[in-house]
Amino acid sequence: MAVVEVRELVKHFDGGRVHAIDGVSLAAAGGEYLVLLGPSGCGKTTLLRTIAGLEQPTSGDVLIGGDVVTGLPPRARRIAMVFQSYALYPHKTVLANIVFPLKAAGMGRQDRDRKALWAAELLGIAPLLDRKPRQLSGGERQRVALARAMVRDPQVFLLDEPLSNLDAKLRASARDELKSFQQEVGTTTIYVTHDQAEAMGLGDRIAVLTDGTVRQVGPPKEIYDEPADKFVATFIGSPPMNLVEHDGSLVGFRPEHLLPAESLPATGVVEVPLAVDRIEYLSGDRHVYGTVWRIGERSRVVARIPATVDTPIVSGETYAFAVPERRLRFFDAESGRRRAPVALGG
Amino acid sequence: MATTAEQPTTRPIAAARRRLADRDGVLSWAFVVPSVVYIVALVGLPFGLAIAFAFSDVSAGDPSYDFVGLRNFRRVVDDPVFWRSVGNTFVFTLISMALIVLLGKVLANILVADFRGKWVVRFLVLLPWTTPVALSSISWLWLLDSIYSPIDWVLRQFGALGPVENMYWLGQPGLSMTSVIAVHVWRLTPLAAVIMMAGLMSIPKEIDEAARVDGAGYWRRMFEITIPLVLPVAAIAALFGAIFTFTDMAVVRVLTRGGPNDSTQVLASWAFYRGIDGGDVAQGAVIALFLFPLLLAAAVLILRAVRKIEVR
Repeated sequence: MAVVEVRELVKHFDGGRVHAIDGVSLAAAGGEYLVLLGPSGCGKTTLLRTIAGLEQPTSGDVLIGGDVVTGLPPRARRIAMVFQSYALYPHKTVLANIVFPLKAAGMGRQDRDRKALWAAELLGIAPLLDRKPRQLSGGERQRVALARAMVRDPQVFLLDEPLSNLDAKLRASARDELKSFQQEVGTTTIYVTHDQAEAMGLGDRIAVLTDGTVRQVGPPKEIYDEPADKFVATFIGSPPMNLVEHDGSLVGFRPEHLLPAESLPATGVVEVPLAVDRIEYLSGDRHVYGTVWRIGERSRVVARIPATVDTPIVSGETYAFAVPERRLRFFDAESGRRRAPVALGG
Repeated sequence: MATTAEQPTTRPIAAARRRLADRDGVLSWAFVVPSVVYIVALVGLPFGLAIAFAFSDVSAGDPSYDFVGLRNFRRVVDDPVFWRSVGNTFVFTLISMALIVLLGKVLANILVADFRGKWVVRFLVLLPWTTPVALSSISWLWLLDSIYSPIDWVLRQFGALGPVENMYWLGQPGLSMTSVIAVHVWRLTPLAAVIMMAGLMSIPKEIDEAARVDGAGYWRRMFEITIPLVLPVAAIAALFGAIFTFTDMAVVRVLTRGGPNDSTQVLASWAFYRGIDGGDVAQGAVIALFLFPLLLAAAVLILRAVRKIEVR
């Protein structure tokens, strides 16, 4: 059953001049980890804030636990939110921060202290309960914000880029902890991020947004392997999918599937010549930049050659490369949507 | 050859280093000296003179300095008007400040709110502060006139006052103090509102939103989140206001001149009437000196509040 659902949600700002959300329908199942992924300004944070009740939609409905909560204030929605800045109350101790939602719910002192201690122990911040937020590191603040969110036993966690204030090293371990934490509590989570690595690593499903609309919803593997349109294909993946124009359609293939022909079987592949102009050596892989033709118009592409393939390649030369046929994806050049495969003259 | 070619390039750099703008030691003195001179000339010197005059018999008619010990202090303390002024000063300051902080907070909430025509409201809120006190007090003098007061006229229209009755806003002891406080509150509230607005705006929006998501209603957010976070700033607004109020005589001077029967006389106005109008400079100095310990305490409290903000 869907714990959180939005139906035909529309949110305009400035009297309709800005369409932050343009008709989004989306549902998160019980216990699911749904990631909203998109470039900045795509409406993902507005969508999260609308679910939280911090913004009122222009039209459409928000359902939580099967009830329409569209007009209700945040406190009536049984949700918990972790903000990008964590938004801890600076004048309160860690303990007072964590018990605040319980106090607001009218829980007795002993009960709420016990609950706060339970959450603090789960997140490993029990020794910090007497500190003020300013005395904590970024990672500790994030845990306090999580503890404050979980003590209410919310129906859903809403997380707004909670890792973006951490440094790169801490981010990887915090991501790991977030995932195991959610598996432990099993609460439905909606997570907003612009970082595709976070989305791929955390999400049960990912909803890719741009310009206020959902382009594709699916498990990370599906989003990556079967992009629904040109935007998803080029937004996901680093480097992104290569696109080559061919008779009104676009032929797409991931950089890791464009490999020297000699390293691939002779059948079931499409051969392409690649004029190499630059090579980057990144964490064991070779990123080879160059131009392809024959399968369509001349286009710049990237090939990512794994460390296991040691074909010598130098810039300035042209090599025979190939892409397995089943790895090719086709898009309509005009609409950008996926379309049926076309025959490549080659 | 190489060394001679290098010299012309290094010399200008060395010369630039010796420029005045690069010498921190000299600069720091150059920047600090004007304010030191200013404070010494306009605060330190008068303060020293006030202490010196307090122990003398200097008057407007006889400026020669003779040391008389504590005689002036004894005369001031024996004067019932002085004690009345002390009492009035406290009543005036405490009631004014309570009202100013309360109304300032309310106005600050209005100033940060987003609604149609907010700039008109903002302009009106700030108007009392931007009007020169002498001008606005004279307008109030008309409003509170003993016979032609428009306030009385309004009261008469509503039947709260008989056809020939008057309130005598400035003519009765209790009412005149009320009038003085009302005008002073009207005058200082905008300043307090602006200071508190700055405090309100410094609270990150996400903190308020977090509290809303955490289930806190309006009053809980107000008393558990907003007010504690604005408190250090509000304390500064209150203490500044207290200093302004404590040392202020403009409203009293224009509206009542301390009357009727010294019922609105405050320390600052009493010092002025004794020392300048009455010509007894020595006594005026003694009365003014009584302001000092209280102002010192207020200043210490302000500095503490500022430190608290910095720590946060």
